[in-house]
Amino acid sequence: MANKTVANEHHGFPWKHLIGFVLSIVLTLFALWIALETDLSLTWILIIIFGFAFLQAALQLLMFMHVTENSTKSNLTSRVQIGNILFAAFVAIVIVIGSVWVMTAGHAKHDKDQHAPKTENHENHGGGSEHDSGEHGSHE
Amino acid sequence: MKWDEFFVTGDPMIYGADVSIVLTMVGILFYLTKYKKWKWLWDEWLTTVDHKKLGIMYIVSAVLMLFRGGVDALLMRTQLAVPEAKFLDSQHYNEIFTTHGTIMIIFMAMPFLIGLINVVVPLQIGARDVAYPYLNAVSFWTFFIGAMLFNISFVIGGSPSAGWTSYMPLASNELSPGPGQNYYLLGLQIAGIGTLLTGINFLVTILKMRAPGMTLFRMPMFTWSSLVTMVIIIFAFPILTVALALMTFDRLFGSHFFTLQGAGMDMLWANLFWLWGHPEVYIVILPAFGMFSEIISTFSRKTLFGYKAMIWSMLLIAGYSFLVWVHHFFTMGSGALVNSVFSITTMAIGIPTGVKIFNWLFTMYRGKIQFTTPMLWSLGFIVNFVIGGVTGVMLAMAAADYQYHNTYFLVSHFHYVLIAGTVFACFAGLIYWYPKMFGYKLNERIGKWVFWVFTIGFNVCFFPQYFLGLDGMPRRVYTYSEESGWGPLNMVSTIGGFMMGIAFLILVYNMYYSFRYAKRETTGDAWDGRTLEWSTPTAMPPFYNFAKIPEVTGLDHFWRQKQAGKVEKLKAEDIKPIHMPSNSGVPFIMASFFFVAGFGMVFEWMWMAIFGIIGVFGTLFYRSFEYDDGYYVSVEEVIETEKISK
Repeated sequence: MANKTVANEHHGFPWKHLIGFVLSIVLTLFALWIALETDLSLTWILIIIFGFAFLQAALQLLMFMHVTENSTKSNLTSRVQIGNILFAAFVAIVIVIGSVWVMTAGHAKHDKDQHAPKTENHENHGGGSEHDSGEHGSHE
Repeated sequence: MKWDEFFVTGDPMIYGADVSIVLTMVGILFYLTKYKKWKWLWDEWLTTVDHKKLGIMYIVSAVLMLFRGGVDALLMRTQLAVPEAKFLDSQHYNEIFTTHGTIMIIFMAMPFLIGLINVVVPLQIGARDVAYPYLNAVSFWTFFIGAMLFNISFVIGGSPSAGWTSYMPLASNELSPGPGQNYYLLGLQIAGIGTLLTGINFLVTILKMRAPGMTLFRMPMFTWSSLVTMVIIIFAFPILTVALALMTFDRLFGSHFFTLQGAGMDMLWANLFWLWGHPEVYIVILPAFGMFSEIISTFSRKTLFGYKAMIWSMLLIAGYSFLVWVHHFFTMGSGALVNSVFSITTMAIGIPTGVKIFNWLFTMYRGKIQFTTPMLWSLGFIVNFVIGGVTGVMLAMAAADYQYHNTYFLVSHFHYVLIAGTVFACFAGLIYWYPKMFGYKLNERIGKWVFWVFTIGFNVCFFPQYFLGLDGMPRRVYTYSEESGWGPLNMVSTIGGFMMGIAFLILVYNMYYSFRYAKRETTGDAWDGRTLEWSTPTAMPPFYNFAKIPEVTGLDHFWRQKQAGKVEKLKAEDIKPIHMPSNSGVPFIMASFFFVAGFGMVFEWMWMAIFGIIGVFGTLFYRSFEYDDGYYVSVEEVIETEKISK
């Protein structure tokens, strides 16, 4: 039964999928070109390729992931969809922001400080790290 | 590469393994040929898309892997029994603890649980198969091939030796040269595809294929726990996929994601690994919770206490499980703020778990408890798991963790949660649903021996390790000095380890004994069960599961029907033709190409890898143009099957 309904929706040539597929490849190649071939500063490269990444995520949601499909069948299906999207957003934010936070607070900061002449930074670890993270928080 | 580098040489135990592998393979080939079983093997097993058969194959593979991982464990315990033992050298020991950990988590615990989910969940929700039966076969075969690829490492090329966590830079080309670490990367990558597909498959199955009347809040608890597990799989496994791919790039193609040179971040691997790794812990424990819920409710003769609290606590765990990963590397030194935050989230995740413990206790309260073997395992679980949980909260305190980190205290903690949680559940679930799979129960008397020998052995093995840890014994050391004073407790621990090994042998004997002598079940309701899987008229459901899809009116539908004396009898006029999926050999062939591709990548023979990948895409291409809508089982055949089996 489920098979039939799916089959009915998919008549004709899948233009939507093809366009999404080609655009995804173009965006990826363009990001690669920006990163490898241009003389922009690191900050700008990051901003641009992050922009492309979000664009591509949106594109894929629209073209492949049925995000605009609204369910007339049941209330449950749309609630499941919304829950799914919210949870996906939550996990994505945790992974990206969480990783950046964990990898840059504390020890990574010490690594950067290694180039500076070695001061009491390392000996003063216990008290210092609290100070560090407070300081780091203000940067964000 | 020369042949003596290709095969692992120099160790008599490895030669012994070589001989036994060759003998076993010759034996299997001989048996299949002599008894003309090749066609049977292909038609009934290799090409099947039946969720019950795939589930059984998952479980058989998992039991084999339990044996392999268990032998690894006993080798380690033998080496550690006395100070300065010469049984294993350091490299061999490193390889063995790496394969032990990887196999037990990825190739034993997960497939065991996924196998039981495969067998039980479609039956529990009143479905005839999963949503994508073909994909289910792809899942199984990619898992199986990934496991085999990982397992041949110990005779061909050498095993990985950087621990199951494979921290960088230890796992880099510089410090772990040779194919060993590549086996880890490719084996897990291929098996991971299967796991992710299972996640999608069962999520859709549970959401879309429930019997009429079965609302979400009427689903059995095991189905609920499977649903939540699948959600975690879908969101957590891509992290592992990406992390493995990045490390593969580092090792094979010279990129610098996790290397020390070229601005790589070695600890980013640890960060990504545990971003997957902690949800993974809940992937292997939530189905266990679901099974214990079913078993405790069945053998207490009561509806599960706090059904909704149980569900909400699982949903909370699903969210929390993504918020605690840093507690695996507090000592990285992320600073006090990071460690405090993750310390608090870690302690908080203990709360929903505690809620569940009380739910099980209150389910038993004033119930008519039957001490069957599955129930014994469940009771043993509650006691032992709480010990593991409490030490977990101790480890959660970041400041204290600096003392416990990487000691046997930690080793003991995670064995208390993983064995008392997951392994006890696998045994309990296997015994509980054994009549559903094979048509007879495992012998109860022998089963109780298994329980007591295993549980006592488990405590004798791991309880002393808490004290070894507090005495400062680090994990992953291949030997220790006499003066350390760790000798006696290690000896006790080794004795316990061998008791668990003996219990495993008794379990295998029980399977043989029950196959020969157990009374065959005449009804589908072996334990006086509560949920739909027990409502089939035959002990083993026919391939289409239900001749007529049941209509569900509430929680524990089958139980309430029995209480009211209103179990529906199947009538011939109710039967309609049944739509079923066709078997296919493509998933098996696709997985074989994955093996070729993986093996090529492991040895960096790119021609072979490319050939394998082309083969994989070829099977995908073939499938895309294959128009097979399955077939219909005729009414006559259904009637005949139902009558014959009555």
